Amino acid sequence: MLKYLSNVTTLHYDADKCVGCGRCAEVCPHGVFAGHQRPAAITDRDRCMECGACMRNCPAEAITVRAGVGCAVGVIYGALGIGGDCCCSADSSAGDSCCSDAESPDAQ
Amino acid sequence: MNETTTQQTDRCCDAGDSQPPCCEAQAADDQPAWVIGEINTPAGPVPHIATALTLADRLAAARVRLGIGRMSYAVPAGLYAVGSPDAASPVLVTANYKLSFDRLRERLGGMDAWVLVLDTKGINVWCAAGKGTFGTDEIVRRVSLTGLAAVVDHRTLIVPQLGAPGVAAHEVKKQSGFKVVYGPIRAVDIPAFMAAGMTATDAMRRVRFGLRDRSAVVPLELVHWTPWALAVAAAGLVAAGLTRGGFDITAGNWLGVRSAALVLAALVGGAVIAPLLLPILPAKTLSGQGMIVGIAIAAVATAMGWIPLARETVIETAALWLIVPTISAFVAMTYTGATTYTSLSGVRREMRLAVPIQIAAGAAGLVLWTVGLFLGR
Repeated sequence: MLKYLSNVTTLHYDADKCVGCGRCAEVCPHGVFAGHQRPAAITDRDRCMECGACMRNCPAEAITVRAGVGCAVGVIYGALGIGGDCCCSADSSAGDSCCSDAESPDAQ
Repeated sequence: MNETTTQQTDRCCDAGDSQPPCCEAQAADDQPAWVIGEINTPAGPVPHIATALTLADRLAAARVRLGIGRMSYAVPAGLYAVGSPDAASPVLVTANYKLSFDRLRERLGGMDAWVLVLDTKGINVWCAAGKGTFGTDEIVRRVSLTGLAAVVDHRTLIVPQLGAPGVAAHEVKKQSGFKVVYGPIRAVDIPAFMAAGMTATDAMRRVRFGLRDRSAVVPLELVHWTPWALAVAAAGLVAAGLTRGGFDITAGNWLGVRSAALVLAALVGGAVIAPLLLPILPAKTLSGQGMIVGIAIAAVATAMGWIPLARETVIETAALWLIVPTISAFVAMTYTGATTYTSLSGVRREMRLAVPIQIAAGAAGLVLWTVGLFLGR
């Protein structure tokens, strides 16, 4: 399992607010949250890719993360003031290599 | 723009991002080949779709993977029927990117189901979710537009897990009455997920980045960067040809030929070799991995004599040893956008270190190479 840089994620989780619905564990594509327990627990925060799924689906607003796409071209475009913060942008120039198509041949 | 010949999108959707209302109800003479009929429902007729992909579907997918006409590869949003669905059949939600749609329907063979296609502007589920176009609002709107509540008597939507960054399940429930169940990440797991009573195993919930996943994006990376690399290589070829003994870009221009070839090799290093070897390269950052590959390429080129190693060529040697790893590092760094595990914060941290080095090394390499042109003979 590939792992990116350590101690860099903006993921914050307030266990006191957790209602134990298990949604965070369900939606996280990297298994950062552990299962259907109350409160949910973070297993390995360095696996977080800041997609924001957990935050969006937490009904108790116990999770915050600065969601974004880890894409260097997007960062460059953002720094140059062209396009948004993400290279997936539908209106960005055609042929954008990033975020091409579901990243995985089998993902929907 | 794209050629529409092999594209099976509805004509009215080819124009661009906004889908006119005509996409909702397809005229009978305007149907793509994957629509094989119509099913009547309390909410009106619903297109009946094939689950087997045709050769045309696969060829079009290959073209998309090579970056040809990708941006307008959309299917009309709306409700579709698979098999012989009734009011109790499950509803699977997907994006209106044709590849996402195809990947889903080809796994629904033998099933009776409804497919609710959201308008994600022709973008795949995960990227659209990140942008919010695959999101709560669009689900609620599409459920309402299609009259789904009259078509099925249950109140459950199966939403792909990678759509979760844009979808607040509890909000969908509140606003539409439909409960969201997150389906597996990979469409191939859908039959097992359904058979298990709509529960996914942990493995189904984990995104992977195996060799096959990594190679899938390689052609697009190459297509994206090759024009730039060719331009740099051509510039080097011409500059060296003009400077060294008249305009001779071949025999008398050994430096130009070697430099151009090394630029292209550096591109291959960053766009192909680094992504494929990613798990075994001893660096955590993509730029670091690209740099390692670039250094290896420079070493091989030196061993082959393509980078000279002699006292009188030291400037040229230094120039090429700076330029090759820098190109590989930069191109590999841009691969972060295609990975499934890099965070924005991580990429920013990587770039804070890598970009200044790339700029310094690239500029120094270019200056040295130019100086070497005039000094070395």
